[in-house]
Amino acid sequence: MTPAIDLRGVSVRFMSDRAEVTALEDVSFTLEAGSFLSLLGPSGCGKSTLLRLVADIVAPSAGTVRVLGHAPDIARRQREIGFVFQDASLLPWCNVIDNVRLPLQVGGQLRGVKPRHSAEELLALVGLAGWEKALPHELSGGMRQRVSIARALLVGPKILLMDEPFGALDEITRDRLNDELLRVWRETQTTILFVTHSIHEAAYLGQKVLMLAARPGRVRELVTIDLPEPRALAVRDTQAFGAIAARLRAVLETC
Amino acid sequence: MASGIGLAKISLAQSETPDRRAKWLAARRRAAWARFGLPLVGAATLLILWWAVIYLFKVKPFIAPAPEVVAQTLIAKFDVLASNLLPTAIEAVCGFLVGNIAAIVIATLFVHRKMLELAFFPLVVLFNSVPVVAKAPILVLLLGNGMAPKIAIAAVVCFFPTLVNMVRGLEAVSPQSMELMHVLSASRWEIFIRLRLPTSVPYLFSALKIAASTAVVGAIVGEWIGSQEGIGALIIQATYNFDSALLYATVVCGSVFSVAFFLAVRLAERLCVRWIPKGA
Ligand SMILES: Nc1ncnc2c1ncn2[C@@H]1O[C@H](COP(=O)(O)OP(=O)(O)OP(=O)(O)O)[C@@H](O)[C@H]1O
Ligand SMILES: [Mg+2]
Repeated sequence: MTPAIDLRGVSVRFMSDRAEVTALEDVSFTLEAGSFLSLLGPSGCGKSTLLRLVADIVAPSAGTVRVLGHAPDIARRQREIGFVFQDASLLPWCNVIDNVRLPLQVGGQLRGVKPRHSAEELLALVGLAGWEKALPHELSGGMRQRVSIARALLVGPKILLMDEPFGALDEITRDRLNDELLRVWRETQTTILFVTHSIHEAAYLGQKVLMLAARPGRVRELVTIDLPEPRALAVRDTQAFGAIAARLRAVLETC
Repeated sequence: MASGIGLAKISLAQSETPDRRAKWLAARRRAAWARFGLPLVGAATLLILWWAVIYLFKVKPFIAPAPEVVAQTLIAKFDVLASNLLPTAIEAVCGFLVGNIAAIVIATLFVHRKMLELAFFPLVVLFNSVPVVAKAPILVLLLGNGMAPKIAIAAVVCFFPTLVNMVRGLEAVSPQSMELMHVLSASRWEIFIRLRLPTSVPYLFSALKIAASTAVVGAIVGEWIGSQEGIGALIIQATYNFDSALLYATVVCGSVFSVAFFLAVRLAERLCVRWIPKGA
């Protein structure tokens, strides 16, 4: 079976006036279809750049990126990729349902094709049934983020890239959304690549955690999280979870 | 005992709530009064001052008229004023449309073809730095004596602020929204229609509100240079005839139209831009 994401010796360098910044250096890893990978690392280690590589927003300076066995631009044009940004990036002049439908209105390919889940179903899936007509500024930060998740899921992507989607939320909301995300992941069987700064979030969500070191950004360690599936919040109070978190923290301190 | 305390608390809360609500309502009434009443007080003060100066210093009627004389003129010469306001209004509105549409189109070109912006934006800035009163005679020479030169002048004065704001607005999209559109494989046209254009609307309206008054100024300046009718022509006529009452009445007419035009644009803004929360 072709892996969902396959990176071989990938480097990304950005040119600027002052210097050449190496965002990623010789990164290689493979992600099987249907898995959930957390990306953890200090600020500036290239986590966002890695997601952008997969989404065909930046191109590698060296190495190869394969997404579902294709070049990233093909996967992008075939609508295999959903991206959830750190701020929800909703269109402020469109109401909730129109924001969720945006992927059907641009990009051509999908015009006339009926998506697997309707926008209404997806809103219900993220717990926002009844909010279709609200404008983004009438929603809380957590609700906006859920709208953007529904939008990313509309085209039924095989890969969901999430860049610190819950970074700006309070802990309770974040916990609830973590559980909703796991539920969505199980129901849709999407491959998820999830960037976070939080050790607990990384360990709770991911089947594996890819740890990156900074300056230059490179793979530090790929940690498999051995926790019973399906996960529930109570697992975070167990000793096993504590041990995993401690281990991640220890690695993170040397990144 | 405990229930007694509870009761006392409840009655206290009850006596407090209507009181606070009444205070809040009173404060709101005062604010509303201040919002609408104080400008009227300001205007009335000015009128009284005007009147006092005219009568105390015995200002001659051909130098400056008393307010009630202006009011009488407004009524007595209503048809003259109205028939002169009409061409000015047509010129201002047409100029407004032409100038702003041109600005929107050119801003769109600039945003999509950076080379064009680099080549022509400095020229636009240069052209804009020439005062209207200097540009106006040139346009009159070029376009003759009809409405065309006045429309052109009104268009020219609207053009620049709208161009600048529109370019800013079209480029005000967040990098993240652009990345979103890229991930969705949106075409340039789709990005323009769905992202850039809506983003620019608030910027556009702040320019249009300025343009609404400058278009009227442009039309009047155009009429000064050579015209038999219009608010500008009437101003010149009244001045030469030392008919200060007619002059003031004409100015009042022009201002009322200008304010109405501005308010119409603001109403359009309120209807179009509903997504920006109040106070933001
Ligand atoms: N477009 C760009 N141009 C120049 N340098 C860039 C660009 N994007 C990223 N970088 C640089 O690449 C490095 C990695 O950036 P990236 O945004 O991927 O980090 P990150 O791990 O997502 O950080 P954070 O956790 O703070 O979001 C940084 O040093 C950054 O300055
Ligand atoms: Mg980042």
